[in-house]
Amino acid sequence: MIAEAGHFALILAAVLALVQAAAPGLAHLFRRPGIAGLTGFAAAGQAVAMACAMAALIHAFAVSDFSVRVVFENSHTAKPMLYKVAAAWGHHEGSLLLWAALLSAFGGVTALWNQGLPGGMRLRVLAVQGLVSCGVLAFLELTSNPFDRLSPAPFEGRGLNPLLQDPGLAVHPPLLYVGTVGVSVAFAFAVAALWSGRIGPGWARAVRAWTLIAWIFLTAGIALGSAWAYAELGWGGWWFWDPVENSALMPWLTATALLHAVRGVERRGGAEGWVVLLAILGFGFSLLGMFLVRSGVLTSVHAFAADPLRGVFILALFGLIEGGALALFAVRGHRLSGRIAFAPFSRDGALLLNTVLLIVATGVVLFGTVYPLLAEVLGIGRISVGAPFFDATVLPLLSPLIALMAIGPLMRPGRDSPRRLLRPAGIVGGVGLLAAAASAAWGGWAAAGFGLAAAVAAGTVLLLWRSRRSLTRRGLGMAVAHLGVAVAIAGMTGGSQLADEAIARLPVGGSLVLGGRSFTLAEVRAVPGPNYIATRARVTGPGGLALTPETRRYENPPQTTTEAAIASTPLGDTYAVIGEGGPDGAVLRMFSKPLLPWLWASSVLMCMGGGIALFARLPRLRRRER
Amino acid sequence: MTRRKQRLILIGGGLAVLAVAVALVLSALGEALTFFYGPADLLSRADAAGRRVRLGGLVEPGSLMRDGATARFVVTDGKAEMPVSFTGVLPDLFREGQGVVAEGRLTPAGFVAETVLAKHDEKYMPREVAEVLKKNGEWRTAQ
Repeated sequence: MIAEAGHFALILAAVLALVQAAAPGLAHLFRRPGIAGLTGFAAAGQAVAMACAMAALIHAFAVSDFSVRVVFENSHTAKPMLYKVAAAWGHHEGSLLLWAALLSAFGGVTALWNQGLPGGMRLRVLAVQGLVSCGVLAFLELTSNPFDRLSPAPFEGRGLNPLLQDPGLAVHPPLLYVGTVGVSVAFAFAVAALWSGRIGPGWARAVRAWTLIAWIFLTAGIALGSAWAYAELGWGGWWFWDPVENSALMPWLTATALLHAVRGVERRGGAEGWVVLLAILGFGFSLLGMFLVRSGVLTSVHAFAADPLRGVFILALFGLIEGGALALFAVRGHRLSGRIAFAPFSRDGALLLNTVLLIVATGVVLFGTVYPLLAEVLGIGRISVGAPFFDATVLPLLSPLIALMAIGPLMRPGRDSPRRLLRPAGIVGGVGLLAAAASAAWGGWAAAGFGLAAAVAAGTVLLLWRSRRSLTRRGLGMAVAHLGVAVAIAGMTGGSQLADEAIARLPVGGSLVLGGRSFTLAEVRAVPGPNYIATRARVTGPGGLALTPETRRYENPPQTTTEAAIASTPLGDTYAVIGEGGPDGAVLRMFSKPLLPWLWASSVLMCMGGGIALFARLPRLRRRER
Repeated sequence: MTRRKQRLILIGGGLAVLAVAVALVLSALGEALTFFYGPADLLSRADAAGRRVRLGGLVEPGSLMRDGATARFVVTDGKAEMPVSFTGVLPDLFREGQGVVAEGRLTPAGFVAETVLAKHDEKYMPREVAEVLKKNGEWRTAQ
C-alpha cells in the first residue's frame, strides 16, 4: 500500500511540475496575474510530494518489502539497517528517484527563499525548474518506475553489492547528487536571464549562493568517493579517471569556473554572457554525467547495468534541455553582455583567464571520456583512455591556473600595473621556487607540485596579512578554500611522487621491507562478520604499528571484497592489503603514501571555505531589489 | 586602452588556451592511448609489441600458477592463447574460467601485466571481454 502511495506521490509531483512550468506563461497569455501565484505553490507541493515518494521507497527497503521489484533485486534481510536504507539509492531506479526528489527540493526552496528577487525573474526561474522536473519525472515514470511490484512476492532479496556496503558510500551518492542537481538552479537562473534579457547584482548574488551550495556538496561528494575508492578498492589509488568519476569532476570544474566568473558580475558587471554560458554548461555536464553513468555506453567500474532505452531517453532529455538553452543563448545572449569593465591586467582579468582554463580543461576531460566511444564509431579500434592521457593533458592546463591562483588574488580589481605587482609576485614566486628546489631530489613532478602548493599557500597568506584589518567573511572563505587547494596539491604530489610499494607472498612470520621499514605478517585467521566471513591478517611494523587488512567473503550476493588497512599519521599513510590468504600465509601488498591524508584534510578546508563564504551571503539574499 | 582592444586581448587569450589544449590532446592521443585486443588480435598486430595495451579474454581453467608474489595464467579467446605474468594482488573477482582484462606490455616472454581488472559485479563481464568472446563464438551468459 505504501509503495502505491509513493507511486501516486510521484505522479502528483509530475502534474505539479507541469503546473509550475506552465503557470507563468498562462498568466501572461490570459492576462490573469493570479494564475502565476500557483507557480510557487506548485513548486513547494512538488517538493513535498517527491519527499513522500522517496520516504515510501526508503520504507519499502527498511521493512524489506520484497514485493517491490527493486527491493528484491537490491536488498536482503541479513543486512545492517544502514545498508538497507542506503540500498534505496544503490541502484538505477532509486538513485534516479533521489535525483528527481532533490531537483524538486531545490525548486521548492527556490520558491520559498528567493522572495527578494524581482517577481518576474523569480517566476521565470521557477518555470524553468518546473520544465526540467517534468522531463526527469517523465523519464522516471516511463522507463524506471521504482515502485514496480512483483507477484508473487519472493521470500528473500538478492542483496546489495558488498562493495557498496560502506558507511562512506551510503552517504556519497546523496551528497554528490545534491551537488549535481544543485547546479540546475544556476541553470534555471541563466535561462530566466536570457528570457527576460536582464541581469542585475541580485541575480548574480543568487546564482553565486546557489552555485556555492552545489560546489560544496560536489566537493564533499567527490572527496568521499575518492576516499572510498582508496580504502575499498585496494589498489592504493584514489582517482582512476574513470568515466563516472569524470562525470562528477566536469560539473565540479564548471561550477568552480562559474563561482569565480559570477564574482565579476556581482561586483561591477561585465562578461554576463560568459557567466550565463557557464551556468548552462554546468547543468549540461550534470546531465551528460547522468547519461554516461546510466546508459551503459561506457565501461566503467561503477556504471549501472546497460539499458539502451534509458540511454536514448536521457540523451533526448539532454538534447532538449541543453539544446534549448544554448539555442536561446545564441538568439538572445548578445543582449546581456555589452561591456567588459576591466583591463586584462587586473584581478578580474586573471579570474576570467582562469575560468577559461577551467572550461578548456573540462573540455579535455570530456573529450578523453567520450573518445573511446568516438573511436569505436569511427572504426579506429577499441581504445581505453586512462591516466596517461589525462596526466599529459589536464595537468599542463591546470598548472598555469594554479600559478595564476597564487598571484591573481593579490592583483587589484579593475586595473593593475605590472610594476605594483612586482613585489608580491616576487615573494610568492620566491617561496614557490624555494619549495621546488627543496623537493627537486624527488624529481620534476614533485618539484612542480610542491612549488605550486607553496606558492598558492604563500599568496593566500600574503593576501590575509594585507587585508587583516578589512577582512570580510567572504574574503576569509576564499582564503580558506585556496589554502585547501594548496594542501590538496601537496597531498596529491606526496601521495604519488614520494610513494613506495612492496609486494611479497609471505608465510606467517615472514616479512617484507617497505621504504626501509620491515613489516611482518604475524597471523592470518578467519573472523565472522554480520553478513560475511573475513580472512583477517595481522601485520606488525616498527614502533608497535599493527595493521589488519582483510578480505571479506559475502554470501548474498556471493562476492569477495578487499578491506585495506590504513594507518594514518599527519605525515602519511601506511597501506596494506592481502590477497589469497590462508592460515599458512598470504600475498601481502603494502604502500607508503606520504602526505596523502592532506588530501582529505584539504577537502574539509575547501568545504569550510565555501561554507564561510556562503553564510556571509545568505542574509543579503533576502534584501529586496528594485 | 579601447574597449575593442581589451576584447581582442581576452578573445586572443581564450583562443591561445584552446590552441595549447588541442596541441596537448593531439600529442597525448599519439602516445597515451591504450588499445584493447583479444589474444588473437594481439598476436596478429606487429605494432603492438612493446606498447601499453589491454588484453581481454577468459582465464584458461587450470592455468593459474604461483611463483612467490608473481601469478602466471593464460588468457584465451577460443582462437589463441596468451601467457600472462602479473606481480601483485589479483582482484577479488579473479577466477579461472572467468573474464579478465590485463593492462601491460607484450614482451618476447609473454604478456607482462601491470594491472589486472575484473569487473566489480559478478553478474557482469567486462563489456570488452564479452565482445571478444562473442566474436569468437565463446560467449556464455553468466549463470
